[in-house]
Amino acid sequence: MDLHLLKAIATPDERDAVDAHLGPPTSGWDGGARQPRDAHTASGGHEARSERHRLLPALHAIQARIGWISEGALNYLAERLTVPPADIFGVATFYGLLSTVPRPPRVLHLCDDIGCRGKGGEALCRAVEQAVGPAYHGPEGPHHTIPEATAWMRSPCLGLCDHAPAALLTEAGPKPAARLFGPVTTAQALAVVEGGAAPGGQDRIRIPQAGDPGLRLLRRVNVVDPASLDDYRAHGGYLGLRRAFEIGPDAVIREVTESKLAGRGGAAFPTGRKWAAVAGQGVRPHYLICNADESEPGTFKDRVIKEGDPFAVIESMTIAGFATGCEQGYIYLRGEYPEARARLSQAIEAARRHGLLGPDVMGRGYRFEIEIREGAGAYICGEETAIFNSIEGFRGEPRNKPPFPFQAGLFGKPTLVNNVETLVNVLEILRIGGRAYAAIGTEGSTGPRLFCLSGSVERPGVYEVPFGATLRDLVTLAGGVAEGRPLQAVLLGGAAGVFVRPDELDMPLTFEGVRAAGATLGSGVIMLFDDRADLLDVVLRIAAFFRDESCGQCVPCRVGTVRQEEALHRLKAGRARGGLTTELALLEEIGLAMKDASICGLGQTAYAAVESAVKRLHLFAGARTG
Amino acid sequence: MFGAGGGTNTYREVEETDVVFLWGANARENHPIFFHHVLKAVRRGAALFVVDPRRTTSAQWADAWLGLHVGTDIALANAMAREIIHQGLANEAFIRRATEHFEAYRVSVETYTLAYAESVTGVPADVIRRAAETYARADRAVICWTLGITEHHNAVDNVLALINLALLTGHVGTHGSGVNPLRGQNNVQGGGDMGAIPNRLAGFQDWTKDPAVKAKFDRAWGIDMAPTYGKNLTQMFEAMEHGELRAVYAIGENPAQSEADQHRTERLLTGLDHLVVQDIFLTKTAEFAHVVLPASSSWCESEGTVTNSERRVQRVRKALEPPGNARDDQWIISEIARRMGHDWGHPTGEAVWNEVRSLAPMLAGMSYERLEREGGLHWPCYDESHPGETFLHSRLWKEPREGPAAPFSVVEHDPPVEMPDAEYPFQLTTGRRLDSYNTGVQTAGYASPLRRGESVDLSPEDAIRLGVADGAPVRVTSRRGAVVAPARIDTSLRAGLVFMTFHYQDEVKTNVLTIDATDPKSGTAEFKACAVRLEPMTG
Repeated sequence: MDLHLLKAIATPDERDAVDAHLGPPTSGWDGGARQPRDAHTASGGHEARSERHRLLPALHAIQARIGWISEGALNYLAERLTVPPADIFGVATFYGLLSTVPRPPRVLHLCDDIGCRGKGGEALCRAVEQAVGPAYHGPEGPHHTIPEATAWMRSPCLGLCDHAPAALLTEAGPKPAARLFGPVTTAQALAVVEGGAAPGGQDRIRIPQAGDPGLRLLRRVNVVDPASLDDYRAHGGYLGLRRAFEIGPDAVIREVTESKLAGRGGAAFPTGRKWAAVAGQGVRPHYLICNADESEPGTFKDRVIKEGDPFAVIESMTIAGFATGCEQGYIYLRGEYPEARARLSQAIEAARRHGLLGPDVMGRGYRFEIEIREGAGAYICGEETAIFNSIEGFRGEPRNKPPFPFQAGLFGKPTLVNNVETLVNVLEILRIGGRAYAAIGTEGSTGPRLFCLSGSVERPGVYEVPFGATLRDLVTLAGGVAEGRPLQAVLLGGAAGVFVRPDELDMPLTFEGVRAAGATLGSGVIMLFDDRADLLDVVLRIAAFFRDESCGQCVPCRVGTVRQEEALHRLKAGRARGGLTTELALLEEIGLAMKDASICGLGQTAYAAVESAVKRLHLFAGARTG
Repeated sequence: MFGAGGGTNTYREVEETDVVFLWGANARENHPIFFHHVLKAVRRGAALFVVDPRRTTSAQWADAWLGLHVGTDIALANAMAREIIHQGLANEAFIRRATEHFEAYRVSVETYTLAYAESVTGVPADVIRRAAETYARADRAVICWTLGITEHHNAVDNVLALINLALLTGHVGTHGSGVNPLRGQNNVQGGGDMGAIPNRLAGFQDWTKDPAVKAKFDRAWGIDMAPTYGKNLTQMFEAMEHGELRAVYAIGENPAQSEADQHRTERLLTGLDHLVVQDIFLTKTAEFAHVVLPASSSWCESEGTVTNSERRVQRVRKALEPPGNARDDQWIISEIARRMGHDWGHPTGEAVWNEVRSLAPMLAGMSYERLEREGGLHWPCYDESHPGETFLHSRLWKEPREGPAAPFSVVEHDPPVEMPDAEYPFQLTTGRRLDSYNTGVQTAGYASPLRRGESVDLSPEDAIRLGVADGAPVRVTSRRGAVVAPARIDTSLRAGLVFMTFHYQDEVKTNVLTIDATDPKSGTAEFKACAVRLEPMTG
């Protein structure tokens, strides 16, 4: 490897943060003091390169200890991992939660995304700005000095839309801490910025249906103690894995196939087919990834399962691994979920202690391990191939397909990637059988489905209904529009979804139902906007979101998301270029280019919500032409 | 090897091998194109071992770097051999069928224990063992070397030590296994192919040993060739020293700056009765010449062929007319012949090539038409229907073996002629950097962002001991001369070892320091090792 190291030297604290994660250096060639042996030999090569996947966790370690990643720290990490500093810089700057410019140890991230801004998030940001100055972007931005203790920043969706407005406090130091909380008041936010602790004691999981005997996926959430393996077992836990061992891998895949379960992450790919494809690959090893990166604005269902029923994630991953021949599973968890991380870590440890993970799961001779890998604030890393690059220690840029993940995924090996909700459904399939499961819902959409209700709704939270319920059913279940206001629009499926009108509420929320209506279920987002909402503002926020989150790898998306946002700004300002019709035609052309030519789903859907706002809501019907 | 002067494998095979040894070769910087083939192998999973006194940029890519002391390659190779034999990893079937003199070799390496080798080379015993095991156990393995092996007073012995390892393990004569000297220019191999060496004619044919060869060439050229070898470059300078050689015709060579002990070289060149230099630049040597013949650039102003390190003969086409009065080399040579009374006319490149084909069986099948159609061919290629051979010596794997047995050679460790002592406590080794080529004739004319100018590179430990800061001027003195160059602190060096290039001969004449200790068998000087003293310049 050609290492052109920088002159900058890491501080003792920075070295310690890296060493605490990677272990101490072994020679003068990897960052330690020169030893006599170093004069005549050095090892590296494949062994050193195989450590590349430790890059992102190591960057997390520096960020968590120091609060930012200095040139010295970066240089030391380059020496330790034999990765060029420029390469590491490319990775570090890819992620929003990592900083290569000085930051104070404490940062308060305030959500100003679509779920929160209408619920006081934008007002909160403005109030904080008034009181302590603009959001911090680094010493080169509006701030010429680095706040001593705490900085505040605006953030995209934090996945706490049921407690809007949401905030995330990260605290770097020898004992780093992070806390996601909401709803946050201006007074609370200012107290935190002044150095106070994050307010505690809120209910974190909102399951308005809790206790309903009809619940299948959520039946344990807010019922069992999420820290207790015994409690999990007392409520049906690990019966699924037992059954899997009894019937064997092929039969498990058969049950899943017969259930007609389709992926819940957004793409709705038949899960059984995916599993069979991975299981059938002769190349070893196989890897399993639980996609727990849920970052679609308005989505928080997976967080609720991870925090409220973490053992269900572990058990269902173990089943998936058993069925498809994986010995190593990864949970790719978004970096904004510290509580979910704590719960999952605890569950993994407890499962390992009880022989439910490790070299001999349940005494059946099956080896399976799970490791959590944390994202660091990059929406794109929810894309399955971007996860591979992120875990491997590269910029989280999606890969071209083919090869498909089942052929060559993580570390180039056959890989199964499933969303949290998808995996948890497998427990239900093994409990009642694939055929019985397939009888739930409709012909084309089987099983129960989680929906995230947020925005202007009376009782926000995660709801579980069998497929077939209409949009109106869900809105009614959640108590209707907040304060009984008239409904202006519903955003279905998140930022990558579509807006629908109040007169479309009888749309059945099935894959086939929304497809017929030209909509999407996406990740199950149902965000309500009442008559007071400024929808143009929401659309602009969505456009800004995609511009910010585009990884920049492919041109249609990198350029298109910028041009789309610019066009919307012109429309908002009444300065449509060439007149309204021409500007809308341009917007459409940009959107189609992104849809047709982008590598991954981000670019392909970046125009969807905008398009629906224009065509379904007629957002610009009364606009001035400029 | 074993009679034919060329590497045994193609680049493609290097990509498809399992273990690569770069031995005395910093290919990352000096053979960057070849290194890309190595990297393809590495990315496919091949192990890379680099043997070099410095931890070069090539070594940084390696699974293991064996940082031996300069000039201890034979000790290392023999210790690896002993370890391979003792572990029962020698390829006995191959040894029995294809080689001879194994017993003498086995006895000779017995004294090279790991402990002894560690004491001589500095390389930890466990690393030597790992290298031996990895090489011997590999299904396919190649050893590649360059000047780190050959710029020594015992260059041929060094090469033989490496060939011994290949014979011991049977890593020669199959796809992806072999021994390969890397060539420093696009057509170094081609020069040898054409007979531009003092002891072989075109196609590596020895007219002094084989009467049929002599008869063939005598008949073709209408002469009676004397059955004696010519002189190699080192012998030529010795002959100049003794007054036997009074006139020199140098074509595309700049010995004034590329030879060791530069003061002596200059003295001998300026003392000649007649010096003719034919080159595309006015080199330092040309400045001493009585006649300078401006030649054409062979890669764009001339028709012909080149042969690369993988023995692939390729066509070169003329794209430009030479500038000014510059002439094609073939034209110049033909004109000189004519004026000396031999009118060859002015044959085309193809006509010359066809004559070579008619006399050198290994090139016979390579018509211009085929070379163009097939994108080049690997020699040997005996007739128009022969596809050319990717790897050499497959005969060694025929049962029974075809042709003569490949001999093991007993070679013993012999340290560099000039070792550091109290007066000259540092060992100077020389080499090349990525951005420059040899004396800079071909590279100094353009700018490179990588080029830093000459420096004396030394270890951080020595810099501290001498009180030298990075960039501070240092006087480097050997028994033969002294130069001044800025210091560059380089962690790739260990205490006691310093490194310089000879890219900037006009500014820093590194070769006034180097020693003219040459290998009697190859004529190569020991550029890789001499003893020097370092003194920080004050004020």
